[in-house]
Amino acid sequence: MTTAVLEPPITTPVAPTEVPSTSPLPAPGTGAATKVRELIIVNWSGEYDRIMPTLIMASAAAASGVSCKVFVTFWGLLPFVRDGKRITGENWMQRMLSFMQRPGIDHVKLSKMNFLGMGPWMIRSLSRKYHVATPRELLEAAQAMGVEFIPCQMTMDMFGLKREDMIDGLGEPAGAATVIELMTNAEASLFI
Amino acid sequence: MSQVITTVVDAQGLSCPMPIVKAAQAVRGLQSGQLMEVLATDPGSVKDFAAWSRSTGNELVEQHADSGVFHFVIRRA
Repeated sequence: MTTAVLEPPITTPVAPTEVPSTSPLPAPGTGAATKVRELIIVNWSGEYDRIMPTLIMASAAAASGVSCKVFVTFWGLLPFVRDGKRITGENWMQRMLSFMQRPGIDHVKLSKMNFLGMGPWMIRSLSRKYHVATPRELLEAAQAMGVEFIPCQMTMDMFGLKREDMIDGLGEPAGAATVIELMTNAEASLFI
Repeated sequence: MSQVITTVVDAQGLSCPMPIVKAAQAVRGLQSGQLMEVLATDPGSVKDFAAWSRSTGNELVEQHADSGVFHFVIRRA
């Protein structure tokens, strides 16, 4: 004589998208994510108004449990030069580049309406008034939450920037193939 | 489940992304099941905290607004 044993009814809500039914689907908002999600940002620009979305989204991603890596290349590399370095480079062209595009996170210009420096001054004034975080604060928060900033080896060579010119905590310099791999494996990628 | 708030995060006056950044930093100090309350004045934080709780799996237990200050009670997953 056998007694039929009934399976307990499935109580986990089913997500709208098709999911293989081998493992129970965690209910939204009450369980841990099953796959590490990743955001890759290629930060090519170095202006204030362009580095803000990079740093804001990197911080927000890290705060949301999304692993974030930021590949900093070209103009985007200059804000990541450490404090106190005013002129970088070895030859006269590299030095002139750093003279004309002041490196460092506190010295980023606006991409428009820079008004010979009045523009950034006004934006910083607005930021203070409306309690918007500064690029420096966002960078510190992002690094504290594990966002990895990866410098572009090629740009470092071209601009004459060495590891000791850059801020602490950057990842190992990498190149395009690394970026392509990161981007194609990630859930989302951006070019800023 | 305990209803005691273990941590209060004051993000009043801060604008995006700092409220959720501060919440993420604070939630690490909680044990699973513990509650924290976040105070924020940024109106965008309402949708942000809903999205954040979905992304991180932490439960947004309760939220209410009180004369311009938003209160979010979050349980660590």
